[in-house]
Amino acid sequence: MRVRLAPVATLFLAVLLIGAARGAPAPARTVSEAEVHEIAGGLRCVVCQNLSVADSPSEMARQMRAIVRERLEAGESPTEVVQYFVDRYGEWILLSPRRSGFTLLVWLAPLVAVALGLAIVGVLVWKWTRRPASTEAARRVDPAMRERIRRETEAEP
Amino acid sequence: MSRRAWRWLIPLSALPVLALLAYGFRVNPREIPSPLVGRPAPGFALTTFDGAPLTLEAQRGKVVVVNFWASWCYPACYEEAPVLERSWRAYRDRGVVVVGVDIQDKAEAAQKFIRDFALSFPNAPDPTGKVSVDFGTYGVPETFFIDRRGRIRAKHVGALTDEVLRTRVEPLLGEPAG
Repeated sequence: MRVRLAPVATLFLAVLLIGAARGAPAPARTVSEAEVHEIAGGLRCVVCQNLSVADSPSEMARQMRAIVRERLEAGESPTEVVQYFVDRYGEWILLSPRRSGFTLLVWLAPLVAVALGLAIVGVLVWKWTRRPASTEAARRVDPAMRERIRRETEAEP
Repeated sequence: MSRRAWRWLIPLSALPVLALLAYGFRVNPREIPSPLVGRPAPGFALTTFDGAPLTLEAQRGKVVVVNFWASWCYPACYEEAPVLERSWRAYRDRGVVVVGVDIQDKAEAAQKFIRDFALSFPNAPDPTGKVSVDFGTYGVPETFFIDRRGRIRAKHVGALTDEVLRTRVEPLLGEPAG
């Protein structure tokens, strides 16, 4: 049976791209450079200062990219590949802290701070805008006082 | 809450942040505890510069000192090379193996290093870097102390001294192999 190659290749590529985009296990054997780059971009280059494994030209980073590719080609999922590095280097190797456990705090703290700040600003604004109303109320004077003011101002020549 | 309390609360709220910064700036970001300490050492199969096979498996029952080095790692690797050779000669008959793993290096330069320091313990290159990543190394020199049962018991970052080596190896020698 003859299989037309173009549609098969297109389908294969589409599956590969969707897989890479969703972070789902990619099919074994064929690994795109983009996929290696995606994982390497999240790993800290261990011999550099603040560079990812994807961006570093160092020998160590090159070897780590080769290891990423090799493990993907062996059929490991991106999550498993990242876990391989975390098991050896600790979560320090991840450029962005995980959104779970203790490091979730790092993600939540700014949101909490912003919410708290907004609440404080809200309360202050509410207080400040209410003040003129209260002074207006204080300005209301009883008829006796009004009479006295009228008398004293009219008494002036 | 009274106005006076509020006046104190705002500067007080900055204290936890200051404390965090005071802690953070004192910590060396390069000193990361290895998650591998206490866990079984990753196995490896290398070929020494002399062409002999070198596996961790074959050393089971002995205390293994795995040292990651490179000929370009000056001065730390140059400082500790005589220490490693001395210790290897002193401890080899007591069940200690010193293993050198040369990473990110050129063969000629590495062999010159071995000749210059007259290193007699097994030394092997790690051309793909797989062994160094398996051990979670992030530089040279780094040294791992593996007990008789094949577990990593300690990691030392930086040049070794006779003192460090002795205090790491002696307790492991006293442990049973089983």
